[in-house]
Amino acid sequence: MNAPGGSPELALTIAQLTNAAKEILEGAFPPVWIKGEVGNFTAHRNGHWYFSLRDATAQLSCVVWSRDVKRIPAPPDEGMQVMAHGQLSVYAARGQMQFMVRSLEAEGEGLWRKAFEKTKAALEKDGLLDPARKRRLPRFPRRVAVITSPDGAALHDIISVIQRRNPGVEIIVIPAAVQGETAPDSLVAALDRLSRWRGADVVIIGRGGGSREDLWAFNDERVARAIAASPVPTISAVGHEVDFTIADLVADHRAATPSAAAEAAVPVLADIIAGIRALGEGIRSATELRVRDAGHTLRQLSRDLGLRSLRTVERRRARVQELAARLETLSPLATLARGYAVALNEQGGALPSAALFTPGMHFAMEMRDGRVHATADDVIVRPSAKAARRGAA
Amino acid sequence: MTFEKNLERLEQIASSLDRDDLSLEQALTLFEEGIAKLKEASAELAKAEGRVAKLVEKAEGVFEVTDEHG
Repeated sequence: MNAPGGSPELALTIAQLTNAAKEILEGAFPPVWIKGEVGNFTAHRNGHWYFSLRDATAQLSCVVWSRDVKRIPAPPDEGMQVMAHGQLSVYAARGQMQFMVRSLEAEGEGLWRKAFEKTKAALEKDGLLDPARKRRLPRFPRRVAVITSPDGAALHDIISVIQRRNPGVEIIVIPAAVQGETAPDSLVAALDRLSRWRGADVVIIGRGGGSREDLWAFNDERVARAIAASPVPTISAVGHEVDFTIADLVADHRAATPSAAAEAAVPVLADIIAGIRALGEGIRSATELRVRDAGHTLRQLSRDLGLRSLRTVERRRARVQELAARLETLSPLATLARGYAVALNEQGGALPSAALFTPGMHFAMEMRDGRVHATADDVIVRPSAKAARRGAA
Repeated sequence: MTFEKNLERLEQIASSLDRDDLSLEQALTLFEEGIAKLKEASAELAKAEGRVAKLVEKAEGVFEVTDEHG
């Protein structure tokens, strides 16, 4: 046997054999998907991941090079059932068959879920998911910023919805990559520009629907922190109704779709106009009512015043009548009316006593219906009356 | 956003006017203010000019809004 390795003299070096084995293996197996249970996972300092995949009867060493690690959302857990896509090869330095993993998926999207939960926990720890942090969206925004891909369907939807609702609103597009490895940096940079510009009333950040990987930038922790730090109220709009991202959790408002975000951001102009009209009407009618009320009160008061003065007059009239009646009973005229007469001296003074008369004296008698002038013939004063008067004096 | 402030003030005025503990003079003062705010808000609404523009950063911290349909 003259073939290499066919005799001690033609012995192959270890490198020759392992490299030949590597070439044969790599040639025989195109990149394939394999499945198994993860064991002995190590994330090495150099950025590579090492682990084994096994099932009941076999085991295979696996490696993920650091450049591929970036595309995998999270490291797998021990014992996790995973599907790995990669290339079967030989690691010459150890003389070991190994599987070079390019991408890794866990059952039930386990790795995505794990990465999501990890980011969520980190944000929660810093209080960024606190519902109390959520700001109210401006009610009448004049300038809406949109951070998204400049040629995506999302931007088109947002612009058409906003222009339909209120053509007076200004839309400022801040272009950003929304998928791929550059997306997180691009989104963070766009948010940073928005923060420094400070010209917008509200910002919509998002993209249209896509695969889990396509939307992944919106689960990036740096993007989430940039959204949380935005001085402008934020609306997240990522994918469809069913897609829930970290961006949705930190944004002030989560819209199910880009169109819904536009609706949340911008009220319908006709509604605003109707609202202003209604306010004007309300103010006008409330004031009119107030003026009417005041007029009514004034009329009521003047009526009350009239009534009250009338009553006062009537009370006084009654009092006068009462006094008149009393006076009447006391008046000498009443006595005269009954047929008596009063004697008066020439000065008109009353002569109530016989002692005031002297014979031959002129006096008058005041009667009910006239006056009689007379002369006293004789004056007789009763002694008893004299005594009584003296006693009384 | 003077527009939003104007509308907020208008709403305050409307609800104040609905209260009963207001003197006629206060009501009339509020009414005058309300009409002024109403005019301002309507004027601002009329001058709104919508467009789609792109935010461009010229140099560090210097921004320009350029008309460009997206």
